Amino acid sequence: MLLIHCPYCEEARSELEFRWAGEAHIARPENIAAITDEEFAEYFFLRNNEKGLTYERWRHIHGCGRFFNAARDTVSDRFVMTYKAGLPKQPVPPAEKVSAIAEEKTVETWEATEGDAR
Amino acid sequence: MRKYSVFAIAREAMRAHKGWEAQWTSPEPRSSYDVVIVGAGGHGLGAAYYLAKEHGITNVAVIEKGWLGGGNTGRNTTIIRSNYLYEESMDIYEHSLKLWEGLSQELNYNVMYSPRGVMMLSHNVHDQQSFKRHINANRLYGIDNEWLTPVEAKAYCPPLDISKTARYPINGAALQRRGGTARHDAVAWGYARAASDRGVHIIQNCEVTGIRRGPNGEVQGVETTRGFIGAKKVGVSAAGHSSVVMEMAGVRVPLHSNPLQALVSEPLKPIFPCVVMSNTVHAYISQSDKGELVIGAGTDQYNSYSQTGGLQIITHTLDAICELFPIFRRVKMMRQWGGITDNTPDRSPIQGVTPVPGLFVNCGWGTGGFKATPGSANLFAHLIAKGEPHRLAAGLNLDRFRTGRLIDEAAAAAVAH
Amino acid sequence: MSGSSNNLGAFRIKGAGRHTPARTARFTFDGKTYTAMEGDTVASALLAHGVHLVGRSFKYHRPRGILSAGAEEPNALIDVSRDAARRQPNVRATVQEVFDGAKISSQNRWPSLKFDVGAFNDLLSPFFAAGFYYKTFMWPKEAWTRVYEPFIRRAAGLGVAPKEEDPDHYANRYAHCDVLIAGAGVAGLTAALSAAATGASVILVDEQAEVGGALHFDASTKIDGRNGYDWAQAAAAKLKAMPNVTVLTRTTVFGYYNHGFLGLAERVTDHLARPGKSLPRERLWQVRAKRVVLATGSIERHMVFSNNDRPGIMLASAARTFLNHHGVAVGRNVGVYTAHDSAYEAAFDLKRAGVSIAAIVDCRAEPGEAVLAEARSLGIDVLTGHSVTDTFGRLRISSMTVVRNGGSNARKIKVDALIVSAGWTPSVHLFSQSRGKLRFDEKGQRFLPDIYAQDCVSVGGCNGTDDLAELIDEAIAAGGGSVALAGENRFDWTGGMIGAAEGAGPDTVVKAFIDFQHDVTAKDIRLAVREGMHSIEHIKRFTTNGMASDQGKLSNMHGLAIAAEVLDRPIPQVGLTTFRAPYTPVTYGTLINHSRGDLFDPARKTPMHALEAAEGAEFEDVGNWKRAWYFPRRGEDMHAAVNRECRTVREVAGVFDASTLGKIEVVGPDAAQFLNLIYTNAWDTLKPGKCRYGIMTREDGFIYDDGVVGRLAEDRFHVTTTTGGAPRVLHHMEDYLQTEFPHLKVWLTSTTEQWAVIAVQGPKAREIVQPFVEGVDISNEAFPHMSVAECTVTGVPARLFRVSFTGELGFEINVPADYGPAVWKAIWERAEAMGACLYGTETMHVLRAEKGYIIVGQDTDGTVTPDDAGLGWAVSKKKTDFVGIRGLKRPDLVRDGRKQLVGLLTNKPSDVLEEGAQIVADPNQPKPMTMLGHVTSAYWSENCGRSIAIALVAGGRARIGQTLYVPMKDRTIAVEVTDMVFFDKEGGRING
Repeated sequence: MLLIHCPYCEEARSELEFRWAGEAHIARPENIAAITDEEFAEYFFLRNNEKGLTYERWRHIHGCGRFFNAARDTVSDRFVMTYKAGLPKQPVPPAEKVSAIAEEKTVETWEATEGDAR
Repeated sequence: MRKYSVFAIAREAMRAHKGWEAQWTSPEPRSSYDVVIVGAGGHGLGAAYYLAKEHGITNVAVIEKGWLGGGNTGRNTTIIRSNYLYEESMDIYEHSLKLWEGLSQELNYNVMYSPRGVMMLSHNVHDQQSFKRHINANRLYGIDNEWLTPVEAKAYCPPLDISKTARYPINGAALQRRGGTARHDAVAWGYARAASDRGVHIIQNCEVTGIRRGPNGEVQGVETTRGFIGAKKVGVSAAGHSSVVMEMAGVRVPLHSNPLQALVSEPLKPIFPCVVMSNTVHAYISQSDKGELVIGAGTDQYNSYSQTGGLQIITHTLDAICELFPIFRRVKMMRQWGGITDNTPDRSPIQGVTPVPGLFVNCGWGTGGFKATPGSANLFAHLIAKGEPHRLAAGLNLDRFRTGRLIDEAAAAAVAH
Repeated sequence: MSGSSNNLGAFRIKGAGRHTPARTARFTFDGKTYTAMEGDTVASALLAHGVHLVGRSFKYHRPRGILSAGAEEPNALIDVSRDAARRQPNVRATVQEVFDGAKISSQNRWPSLKFDVGAFNDLLSPFFAAGFYYKTFMWPKEAWTRVYEPFIRRAAGLGVAPKEEDPDHYANRYAHCDVLIAGAGVAGLTAALSAAATGASVILVDEQAEVGGALHFDASTKIDGRNGYDWAQAAAAKLKAMPNVTVLTRTTVFGYYNHGFLGLAERVTDHLARPGKSLPRERLWQVRAKRVVLATGSIERHMVFSNNDRPGIMLASAARTFLNHHGVAVGRNVGVYTAHDSAYEAAFDLKRAGVSIAAIVDCRAEPGEAVLAEARSLGIDVLTGHSVTDTFGRLRISSMTVVRNGGSNARKIKVDALIVSAGWTPSVHLFSQSRGKLRFDEKGQRFLPDIYAQDCVSVGGCNGTDDLAELIDEAIAAGGGSVALAGENRFDWTGGMIGAAEGAGPDTVVKAFIDFQHDVTAKDIRLAVREGMHSIEHIKRFTTNGMASDQGKLSNMHGLAIAAEVLDRPIPQVGLTTFRAPYTPVTYGTLINHSRGDLFDPARKTPMHALEAAEGAEFEDVGNWKRAWYFPRRGEDMHAAVNRECRTVREVAGVFDASTLGKIEVVGPDAAQFLNLIYTNAWDTLKPGKCRYGIMTREDGFIYDDGVVGRLAEDRFHVTTTTGGAPRVLHHMEDYLQTEFPHLKVWLTSTTEQWAVIAVQGPKAREIVQPFVEGVDISNEAFPHMSVAECTVTGVPARLFRVSFTGELGFEINVPADYGPAVWKAIWERAEAMGACLYGTETMHVLRAEKGYIIVGQDTDGTVTPDDAGLGWAVSKKKTDFVGIRGLKRPDLVRDGRKQLVGLLTNKPSDVLEEGAQIVADPNQPKPMTMLGHVTSAYWSENCGRSIAIALVAGGRARIGQTLYVPMKDRTIAVEVTDMVFFDKEGGRING
């Protein structure tokens, strides 16, 4: 169970209080009525689904009720940061990116080294 | 390939089993193939087998970043059924179920397909309406699925609590008798052996790091941790990692990767004769040949590639299991694990051509890909060989997210397990 | 306390052990009564009586004894019961403490433990090589299901599941701490003392009944000059007395999850003869720890050689535990087979207790000098550079065959027990579960923690720290404080091996067991490799090595070493299979604890629930609500009751509990603008005091929810949603308000539970309601259909809606929930006197269907657009934006031939269609048929005097007047497609 820091309550609380709310920083097109079918499919369906650093939304649904943003590593499930809704995408320190990738490279058992062995 | 039989076993028993040959070979990759399939799960290995067997294309490599069958093929709860609602779903799942029925003989490998019946519990009027809709649609489509009263359901599965005082009493059930389970590893191994025998190269511990495209955007091959491997056609069948692989070709797919957990109990003497599912209380259970109760839990709510999940998902599932089967409260959980499922917005799979010439995709099977293994593999092979989808898989295209012609099993049944 | 008998067993050693002789307990094993000492495990108690044979293996049904003295036990699995319902299969005899009156049985044998028919499998074992079942049982095709599989299933499995519902209860506790320490041996206790000294909140956990860990068996180590075990108990007592420390024994840390979250299972009463009724049997602890110290120690491995599985063969440390802790000798003439110095200490302890040591067979040429010298001084025969190549004895070991390594002269040595040690495997399970990465320690031939993924540290045995002084320093540092502590042990241990010993092959047909429970032998591993299984995961799955209930605690390293040898690769390149939770099996009862029955999912009930129950209501589940379904009178079945209710509502009136409707208060200067964006229809034109039916879609354009919205003031709306839809609709609204339209000044509040809602519907509705209403004129003229007003009803502040879901004149009275029952009583009293009825959801469904009103979720399913549902009028053509405006225009949503809601009338009026039935144009077409749609609602309509139905039909509205067919299992029903209004087509009744 994740431990999530709510940027409004300024407290880390159990995942049970939160609801995940999809990829962050996808703005609803202002002229939505006029966009093409392709643009609509892109807006409504297509997601990055990153392996590694992802920006996502959570809602503190059983707490303050606010939506907020988070940067999380989807390989280690570690939160890099959370920040309030409406703020622009926050940059992640380079060290965090490296750790995300390092984690990915050491996924499971023998296969990571097997390639080198041959 | 040396044939497996009771006689072969007897012969080998006499010489300490020294005569068995490797079930599949581990060759060095060639510089290029006619077809490269990314992902050596049941779907990918099966597609390679059918390419060789049904389409005469044997210059094929299946590339796997880990060990074959090590993804969702080896991590699921092995439920097989075809009683879906929409025609597009019935087409592919029933095609699959028919292949399951003869798969052991076809592959000369006992995949232990066991049609012990899949029973889905109805707890309220809404469930009943939904199940009858499925049952009627299935019957007119030629797929078995029948309605049971609570007493009939209990007769089929004696541990079931059908008392009216339960929190969510059971008002009936839908039963597909041809549904059941199979041995998951055997499916991957059986296809691997049969494909390898027909000349397919299975290349394990080889991770795809890029997809190379030509001047006209067409696929030329894949970059891997073991160098470039050329291919005229590339089929991606990478389950939870499909987004990652497709992104290498610049193709975005509407997927979310979520951890899905499962657990088994300690081995028990036979107590549970069939598969039982309840969408209302979220429980899926059967008993394996070894005697373990195999229980499917839910998905975690967030995107993740971690193959782990929260304890609360497990406990919530067991809440439901013990509510339906109160005699199991003293049974013990022996092992829990997770897989990464690739989920589409309409909870139906994607199999089809992509905007990149020569690149084909098979993904989005979510929590239900195991049951589709033979059918999906068979139709994916057709797609790759002919360059266009088979009639039975035509509706599963990527374009449906543009047109809005979704196959919304999720809307129809809440969950498509 | 019943132990009058002093027969505590012939193998009790006087003066040995830590139990009190006066405290005894009697139990039965397979029907025979034994006396034990309190504190005994079932294993130690049976061994005291010379009983080694306790079980049968999974596959070959080989006789098996007690291998270990702890949680890693693969063989001695027993069935423990207090009574028929309190029966627990698959209990490790080495963990279960004896209690007075325990009924214990062996498992997986028939007809008896000593003579088991299943052992026939052992004779057939040449055929049953690893994975043999993948290669056969395929002919004839049907035989797998009918013959082979049932046979395999009967033979497999271990214990028998309980047949009765478990009467015990279980508990749950959440806890937070600064430091959680797993394991209370020397390392864990030291770390706890150190951490506690800093004032940190500490939880110290150990799976055994008492703290001490390895000090249970290790009687030669001294801490602070005291006997180690005594020091441990004193340390624990000191810790328990500290306010910032919680010490949990009989508690297993079974899972280490994300972000410092751990699952603990505490065994509260399983060791008690007469547990108090208020005590839970077990307790789940869910702990969030800032930091975790893993002090989980290490587990001794067995030696892999031919027939190494006979009863009487056990781990050397286990024999030491039985002797030093329980005061039980495992034999009178004990052999030792080892690759590690630790077994020598077991031999010394046994020898000093008067047990004869037949020989120490050490496969190493050069054991540790100190232990060798001590052995000689004790007069023990040590055979270095020798191996045990076989054993004999059907139900208990009687002798072992010993050969000099590389030699051929075998000699047979008589023994009645054989203790073994291949060295120690660090318990890195929890570290690995925390997603830390391991490295292979070439020198120690073991995997050790390397890269940590969480705030956690490993100390002691599980970190590969063998030296006692080093271990103590490491533990003090891990605790973060300072403690003065000195330890001293007699011998530094050396040695250890993984993989098959000399007596296991390499290419013979011997059975040298790696995984005891699953009967996996060294040759099975070799076979798997030969068959192309080169990944350790493939090998595991093909042979089932490590997949038994002990999850490979003893077998994994041996299996890995053998695979590496055959593959001719270094061990780290073959890798290790993933460690998964739980560390040891956990009962479902513990995991679910309170969550059963009413607490499984608390039922939501309306304020009037009890009153309805008193009127005889039957209830139905709608989401997690209990809703009154119908109100049968004496002698009425559901059909009769519903017919009566339907008739009465239309002839007189009916009273209905609509409290479950979702309600959201939308307030603020921009409230109308917000609703304009959320609903497909327009709201700025709605005047205060009026209501409007609204449709909500998501961006995809499919109907998401519907309901009536009343405008109470310019800036205040009372929104209603479907019963099941309230939470997701509020979430959906909040999402748009907070993230897409944050410039709007609007506040949303869930008011579902604030209002009790009493619907009064029917020609006499006004007459019924009138006398109670004050503050508003409810005449047709002043308060027409779709009006709303704030007023009082029976003196209670109320929101009164003039709305109808029946097509009759109707009111919905909203009063604060606490007043609901009182207002309901007043209204019902008057209504009843006027000949009205109470009605439930079934009648509500029928009446609305008679009028063609849809129910979202029943007549729609998430693939239906407003136009499909005949509600195209509710989609504004003027608005430039609303949620769904673009999705609705997608090609497939505007194509011809979409499924549309229409009415269906059966040719035969008495035929009621089945909800969910499918509709075709040609019932005689072959399967698979082309289906046009399905029946969404179907009822007998007493008011129409016939059946009615609503259906989604492809191109439905264009088919009105056509005959279509509903093919059922036994017959085909012809239906006519109609519009959806079956009753009062003109709609006059709504005005009374």
